[in-house]
Amino acid sequence: MSDSPDNPSASEPDAGGSGPTQRTATIDRPEGGSAGPSRVRQLLATVTQSLTPMVLAVIAGGILLALMGRDPIEFYGTVVDRAIFSESGRQETIIRMAPLLLIAAGLIVAFRANIWNLGMDGQFLLAVAFTAGVAPMLMPTLPRWLVLTLVLMLGGIIGAAWTVIPALMKAYYGLNEIITTLMMTFIGVNVANVLVKGPFYEEDPGRAFPATPVIEVADRLPRLFDTSIHIGILIGLIGILVVHYLMTRTSIGLRLNILGASPRAAHHAGLGVAKLTLLTFLVSGFLIGLGGSVELLGVQGYMRADWDPALGLLVVPLVFLAKMNGWASIAFVALFAVLANGGELATRDAGLPNDFILFIVALILIFMTVTDYLAVRRGGKGNPWIARFLASVGLRREGRDAE
Amino acid sequence: MLSEQLLTALIFGGLAAGMPLVLAGLGELVSQRAGVLNIGVEGMMIMGAYGGFVATLATGSAGMGFLAGGLMGAAVSLIMVVLCVRMGLDQIVVGIAITLGAEGLTSLLHAVQFSDTYPRIGRTIVLSIPWLSDLPVVGRALFGHHPIVYLTLLAAIFGTWALQRTRTGLAIRAVGERPEAVDAAGVSVVSTRTLAAMTAGVGGGLGGAFLAIVNAGNFIPFMTGGRGFIAIVLAMLARGRPLWVVVGAFLYGLSVSLATALQLVGVPIRTEVVFSIPFALVLIMLVLFGRNAYLPSALALPYHRGER
Repeated sequence: MSDSPDNPSASEPDAGGSGPTQRTATIDRPEGGSAGPSRVRQLLATVTQSLTPMVLAVIAGGILLALMGRDPIEFYGTVVDRAIFSESGRQETIIRMAPLLLIAAGLIVAFRANIWNLGMDGQFLLAVAFTAGVAPMLMPTLPRWLVLTLVLMLGGIIGAAWTVIPALMKAYYGLNEIITTLMMTFIGVNVANVLVKGPFYEEDPGRAFPATPVIEVADRLPRLFDTSIHIGILIGLIGILVVHYLMTRTSIGLRLNILGASPRAAHHAGLGVAKLTLLTFLVSGFLIGLGGSVELLGVQGYMRADWDPALGLLVVPLVFLAKMNGWASIAFVALFAVLANGGELATRDAGLPNDFILFIVALILIFMTVTDYLAVRRGGKGNPWIARFLASVGLRREGRDAE
Repeated sequence: MLSEQLLTALIFGGLAAGMPLVLAGLGELVSQRAGVLNIGVEGMMIMGAYGGFVATLATGSAGMGFLAGGLMGAAVSLIMVVLCVRMGLDQIVVGIAITLGAEGLTSLLHAVQFSDTYPRIGRTIVLSIPWLSDLPVVGRALFGHHPIVYLTLLAAIFGTWALQRTRTGLAIRAVGERPEAVDAAGVSVVSTRTLAAMTAGVGGGLGGAFLAIVNAGNFIPFMTGGRGFIAIVLAMLARGRPLWVVVGAFLYGLSVSLATALQLVGVPIRTEVVFSIPFALVLIMLVLFGRNAYLPSALALPYHRGER
């Protein structure tokens, strides 16, 4: 983020205490302004500050592996080897980024507007279920490109629709969305399974589990060049960059940022807070639902009952580390995809469940808040988004300023 | 259709299904009153479930299992205490981290220890209260449970009294409203909140242990399935009164039990629908009563002396 030049940089402990420690406004100003080496230094400081929690988490995860009698060096070696240095693994890593980028985009829209949509998994999985159910019905009658476009839109709309209840509750009753979206996620996951076992179910004696019809490989999202990478990665990149520029360069983005910084200010500025809240939820849910469709049409091809990758909460720390910046989010999503993809193979080699990644994400979250705390204590700026998250809790805190 | 036996099974099942929520909800309630929003209760439950299961398996005693589950929950809540109460970090981020980390860790431990054997623990002892348990229908349903059920209900009554009538109870309530006033009165904000946060850990741990030892008889990763989050909402809706947590939790238990009973007598209702009912109920209750839900004014806000 762009500090004002006179603010001490967070990574310089020597400057601690001497500089002004007052927090700057949390609205993200467009980059640019100060030029020269100090800007490079600041960028470097931001990068280190953001990367530290990830590095620490990986180290702590390695200690746990060692405690369980696994060789951490070998483990992480496998991760890097499989996820980066093998051709197929590299492609798999990029494929994995597509839904994560769209979820990240959905979260950035919401979080910047101070709306804590934590119902990602329900929105995602319902979109997956509808995509898996509807695409095979349309395929025989319509051309492929049209079906894919329609179904992608449908996924987004389903994702958006699943946010309507929490959105209305937040906009008109002031009910905290953290709890309501979580509740909706639990319901959504179950509804998705009902759909897969009911209306979208296809009998197939070759399968041991209930599932939807399989979409032919030729009918799935087109591949890029000669690789196995499908165009979902482009949708993801476009999605997150559009969100980034929408939020930092346009008037609607400014409005959402104002809503995020202070609902009261937004109200006094004549912005329809209820409408903006509703809009934010819908866009957020749309992007997350789109992520679900992309994952199904690009990778899975069908949905089996009880399948739930539960990606949502895993993306939360990434957008925090990226400070809601689209470009930085791409970098963190890429790092995470390496960890998730390589980690899946490495845990299998080590005879462990893939849930190791949950532990790593938990450590990232904890180290993230701790390093932020230390940065603030040393007189730096800290991560304004964490501070804002802190101010957002409580069932009825409408109108309370973020800082 | 509603035979006496079915009715007994219904009430018995409802009580048993509600118990993990009673335990976790009571702990969460104390924590919320002291201003610590413990979002990590789901993680504390799963750790308690794991600890309780392992200890019961090792010692053959459910009592030891509950002890271990409670201690495990308390140990996890120490993370919350150090990071949130002492250092004042964000309670929600840390809470999510605790939940994710505990789920990941228990899944790993389960895989390392039990993935080949899938051991189970036998039926736990029940304490049939003499005379009362001979009553028709409600007798076995209400008075034929594990002793911890009765102890918990006593704890809820004791908790109501203690929150209202003891110095510690007053300190807990005050520290959730005006920590600066408590500080000025010479009572330590940090110790009071530490006590409350650890109560939530013990409650969550015991709730998880009950789930593993009594309800399931084994440990499965992710077995808490969102109950921790329901406990949080129950505590919010109870507006600080422990007995309402008990009522809410048993309503939840009855709804689950009723749906299972309907399935048994042949009413076609999907398991997924059954699992969704409690969350939908919570949403409906939030809409109906959420506007009146009372939350302590310093909830989730860290206290730093001298800051306003």
